[in-house]
Amino acid sequence: MSWARGGSDDQLLVQSAGIRVRVARGEILSGVDLEVRRGEIVTIIGPNGAGKTTLLRVLLGLLTADAGTVTLAPGLRIGYMPQRLQIDAVLPLTVRRFLTLTGRYPLAALQQVLAEVGAPETLESPVQGLSGGEMQRVLLARALLREPDLLVLDEPAQGVDINGQVELFNLLSRLRQERGCAVLMVSHDLHLVMAATDRVICLNRHVCCTGTPEAVQESTAFLELFSPQVQQSLAIYSHQHDHHHDPVTGKECDHG
Amino acid sequence: MDDFLVRALVGGVGVALVAGMFGSFVVWRRLAYFGDTLSHSALLGVVLGYLLHINLTLGIIVVCQLLALLLFLMQRQKRLAGDTLLGILSHGALSLGLVLLGFVETLRVDLLAYLFGDILAIGRADLLWIYGGGLVALGGLARLWRPLLAVTVHEDLARVEGVPVALVNWAFMALMALAVALLMKVVGLLLVTALFIIPAATARRFAATPEGMAFGAAGCGALAVVAGLGASGRWDTPAGPSIVVAAALLFLLSSMLPQRSA
Repeated sequence: MSWARGGSDDQLLVQSAGIRVRVARGEILSGVDLEVRRGEIVTIIGPNGAGKTTLLRVLLGLLTADAGTVTLAPGLRIGYMPQRLQIDAVLPLTVRRFLTLTGRYPLAALQQVLAEVGAPETLESPVQGLSGGEMQRVLLARALLREPDLLVLDEPAQGVDINGQVELFNLLSRLRQERGCAVLMVSHDLHLVMAATDRVICLNRHVCCTGTPEAVQESTAFLELFSPQVQQSLAIYSHQHDHHHDPVTGKECDHG
Repeated sequence: MDDFLVRALVGGVGVALVAGMFGSFVVWRRLAYFGDTLSHSALLGVVLGYLLHINLTLGIIVVCQLLALLLFLMQRQKRLAGDTLLGILSHGALSLGLVLLGFVETLRVDLLAYLFGDILAIGRADLLWIYGGGLVALGGLARLWRPLLAVTVHEDLARVEGVPVALVNWAFMALMALAVALLMKVVGLLLVTALFIIPAATARRFAATPEGMAFGAAGCGALAVVAGLGASGRWDTPAGPSIVVAAALLFLLSSMLPQRSA
């Protein structure tokens, strides 16, 4: 496969074509095409074992696919939030150190980004003492510090209670508005994702269907993939959803 | 104080400082078995050094480096679990060393000295090895510190954020192999891992930062060397094991103290 930076369309941040990944027990991804454009929120949904995380790892360059191409926009900055991160209690590490492991940032920048994700009081706390929701926010803060053009989030709502999930997805939409960065995330909780997404990619080892949340929910591929109960609860949720948006503050990514 | 005792103290403390700094990473990255595997290959190094007419410490360093490289390459395959692989190499290397030692009839070594260390026999040349090699190992670790810590916390995250993970992992293994070869003289190949992990585990309770834990571990290790040597002189006990017992007692004592508020 090839994994390269290039491409002519400056609205296109990530483009993959024909991604195929084989493991001993068979093919886990076959012929996956995917695009993420500037400022877009794209969510990959699918059942367990559908290859969602594998696809993210290929796009991030952490895993080499057996076939296919991945093209990243030149100079693309990616902020990555991995699935569940547990740091062993034997390693003494504060949030402040955690945020500065691979980059040096002034204190003010650290305080600002923690306030932005809603975890302002955690700066000097040991990372092991954080709740699940706080840890997710801190992970998001670390990704944001890199001033990314694209946020890649793997199951961002995992281990977060339902209120925390609502807050998290509101936060993601606000970040997109304020910073103008695109979001590519993986999830298997459908409810809230559907509300905060521009485009859904329904994955089950191949792309079953893709489109707006409304269009995807109508498609037969989606209906086959998820049980009727799930679809029903989704339908209820999307009708209840009011399209409230926070005011745009005018802050944007100062690059790209 | 006798000359040999001074050399033992100076050498032992030097080794403890190196072991403490590396030991924290051994504990954080769960590499205790990896350290065992490296040290168990030391007898092979002795035989090799003898056959090639090179310094025996250099022989140990060379074999440890080769083994570290082999482990680094083999860990990329996923067919065998890591600890199974380490077990094969660890006991395979130790046994091969013992067998080869039996074959080379002209080589008479004090096997116990290699198994449990011979700190009281440390000579001037050994001190040079310990401090010269120790400086190289610690200098390398200092340069590697930030990326290594990032990789230790989360490998994928570090890679996405631009850390050359494979290079960092290999460099750490190579430096650790050097540290193991230096520790051999003091506590012997069976007890090397103890000097890595016990002081680091002791220091954890009192540390608020990674660096605090590493320096604390170096201090605890040095204390254990002094106490162990003292006890060995007073009660005529074997020096290497006495140092390890002292380190373990220090750990027990520290577990009884109240933990610093985190």
